[in-house]
Amino acid sequence: MLSRVADSIYWMSRYVERAENLARFVDVTFNMMLDLPPGSAGQWQPLVSATGEHEWFDEYYGEPTQENVVRFLTFDPEYPNSILCCLQAARENARSVRETISSEMWEDLNSFYLLVMDAASSSDSLQSLQDFYSEVRNASYRFKGIADGTMPHGEPWHFARLGRYLERADKTSRILDVKYFLLLPDLSDVGTSFDDLQWSAVLRSVGGLEMFRKRHHGITPERVVGFLILDRMFPRSIMYCVNEADQSLHAISGSPLGTFWNAAEKRMGKLRSELAYAHVDDDIIEVGLHEFLDALQTKLNGIGEAIYETFIAADATKGNGGRTQMQSQGFM
Amino acid sequence: MSQSPTSRLDFGTYDTAEFFDELVDESGQPRPGAELLIEKLSSLEFDELLRRQAGAERSLFRLGITFAVYGDTKGKEKIFPFDIIPRIVPAHEWEWLERGLKQRIRALNLFIDDIYHDQKILNDGIIPRDIVLGAASYRQLCQGMNPPRGVWCHITGTDLIRDADGQIHVLEDNLRCPSGVSYVLQNRLVMKRSFPQIFADSHVKPVVDYPGQLLNTLVHLAPDGLPNPTVVVLSPGSFNSAYYEHSFLAQQMGVELVQGSDLVVHDGFVNMRTTAGLKRVDVIYRRIDDDFLDPEAFRPESLLGVPGLMAVYRAGRVALANAPGTGIADDKVIYTYVDKIVRYYLDEDMIIPNVPTYMCWEKKQREYVLQNLDQLVVKAANESGGYGMLIGPHSTAAEQEQFAGLIKANPRNYIAQPTLSLSRVPTIVGDHVEGRHVEGRHVDLRPYILYGKDIFVLPGGLTRVALKKGSLVVNSSQGGGSKDTWVIEQS
Repeated sequence: MLSRVADSIYWMSRYVERAENLARFVDVTFNMMLDLPPGSAGQWQPLVSATGEHEWFDEYYGEPTQENVVRFLTFDPEYPNSILCCLQAARENARSVRETISSEMWEDLNSFYLLVMDAASSSDSLQSLQDFYSEVRNASYRFKGIADGTMPHGEPWHFARLGRYLERADKTSRILDVKYFLLLPDLSDVGTSFDDLQWSAVLRSVGGLEMFRKRHHGITPERVVGFLILDRMFPRSIMYCVNEADQSLHAISGSPLGTFWNAAEKRMGKLRSELAYAHVDDDIIEVGLHEFLDALQTKLNGIGEAIYETFIAADATKGNGGRTQMQSQGFM
Repeated sequence: MSQSPTSRLDFGTYDTAEFFDELVDESGQPRPGAELLIEKLSSLEFDELLRRQAGAERSLFRLGITFAVYGDTKGKEKIFPFDIIPRIVPAHEWEWLERGLKQRIRALNLFIDDIYHDQKILNDGIIPRDIVLGAASYRQLCQGMNPPRGVWCHITGTDLIRDADGQIHVLEDNLRCPSGVSYVLQNRLVMKRSFPQIFADSHVKPVVDYPGQLLNTLVHLAPDGLPNPTVVVLSPGSFNSAYYEHSFLAQQMGVELVQGSDLVVHDGFVNMRTTAGLKRVDVIYRRIDDDFLDPEAFRPESLLGVPGLMAVYRAGRVALANAPGTGIADDKVIYTYVDKIVRYYLDEDMIIPNVPTYMCWEKKQREYVLQNLDQLVVKAANESGGYGMLIGPHSTAAEQEQFAGLIKANPRNYIAQPTLSLSRVPTIVGDHVEGRHVEGRHVDLRPYILYGKDIFVLPGGLTRVALKKGSLVVNSSQGGGSKDTWVIEQS
């Protein structure tokens, strides 16, 4: 398939996944605020920190109030990773590969985009905003389902999966990082119901609370961390995402699993085995969760770059320039 | 016709004014072929008709069938307005049109081939040499080129109009990159959903096989001995106004849609960059103008094209559709010679007449044009899409002054035609304030012709409709919309 097309499909899929994750983060924070005692402000700040754009935010918005943060992450036309901009970017990418994706996918993504555009232009209440976030989540599920059901499971489909799972792994790691960073320093909270509330919010934001309860019952930080990073069954854990992405990568190049023919496969394989042989206490908590996640994100970015170099920018001749530009890795 | 929601359309009170209406005659009686449609339309409550119109618009919006308007910064895309009352072409008239179009394309193709080889038609003095060799669309570079199977214009869209007396004329030939065929196919899809019953009973000739016919035409061009040639559609990219069509056609044919940057000339062949390295390309359906195809051959600053493409083409290692150089045959001055061209190459009378045309490079005709600018339509010889045009009766004195200046400065570049009373079709117009109702709106018709092994004319074509009251400009860039075109099978 054309390198440009592969690139667009990969990013189309990443941006949809990114929008879904944003919707989850904001929605869960809404919910958590309702359970907290009055006066416990400050829960919106972490969302801004997670974007890595707090300076920009401070300049244009100032205080991280609910209203400001919600507008920033959801409808800001200037912030390139707002839900609105993600959908614009996903649709722009899809538009440039309409002949490769199925008509059903295009129609669905177009409706998804119109849904967000409509919401952005209406002044809605908090209640309908929460409905909006669940619509965004459902639209993302639907898009993935339509892709799986209407696209041949060949190379383009695997590029879409690759984009989705790398994005998801990155987002799971970021939400964990932010919460952990904010939670742990205040030792007086450890083991309190406030602490529990926060950890269940983390789990809920990745849709994992029910699955976690079935598996581990009681919440402890170690169990949550282990679940979100190393669980092999939970579809939003980092291990799961890396496994899936690795399979698609090998399906694209045709090399056997566990071997590598290119830099992308090499980096992905190394990360996969590192996770496969990691233990939550010895290899994560011991090193420091933040340090571990920081290194992980660097590795994920490295994989993204290697994919670009291997499949998109690779060039047998000098050619005429005009290559596809690498799109925004983004923080959130 | 004014309407209350529950009333029905009454074609007895429909005002055709002094125009020819495609569906009903002056007394409100359906024309041949339109009987069934008029009967069904008259039996629907007006509200129901509006509901179906709204449903059709929703489908088009959801399908994302949009185009970009140059110079409009507000939104990059618009829906091409669509009206659900179709235009009908009766079988006998279509049969005549089809013959006329085939004749015209055959003759124009021979003309192009002659111009880029022996120039017999110039040597015999049928057309003044300067007119052809001085045309902006003449490509010196194409001299002596031999496109595969001797065909230059593989895909043509010919604009037809009908005057008040009912006579159909050719208004313009489009032999470069005619667009709009995707709307024909999508309009049909939407119409089948909007009027399944009427459609089923009307025996409308299908258009659905166009992508298949187009693919056959393209495969036919592949260099000899290639069992499985690689065909691609070359687009300027997603910011082009016709991008939707490029991707639609590629998708329907099941071939890759490429941009200039996806292609590279390597080892004497054209290749596309894939995730598995370079892959050879054999046939390019290019939707990029000649000028931008190859910066080494034409405009050096073009970023849309492929450096070295023309050299590969000349060596016969890749086919281009349409061939570069075809623009010479749709120059609006050459247009006035098409009857002579048909007679010269085919020894036949031209079947579909042209619109009478004044050539400004001739002194007498120029003087007439300059004196009658308020009556005439003036067009630049090398423009399309409704740009560079003066519609005399709808123009201001200042605009006429401006065109007088342009004509005097470059008479070769301008032609003028009488302002035609384009035929009309009943159309849903008005808004919530003034009330929705049905009125006649002016239309043209663009059939699509494919020239491969044989010549194929897609039954119907794009009916463009000027939605503004009294307007004669049907171009999508100037506020036009479209209608489905039903060629009725002989029953």
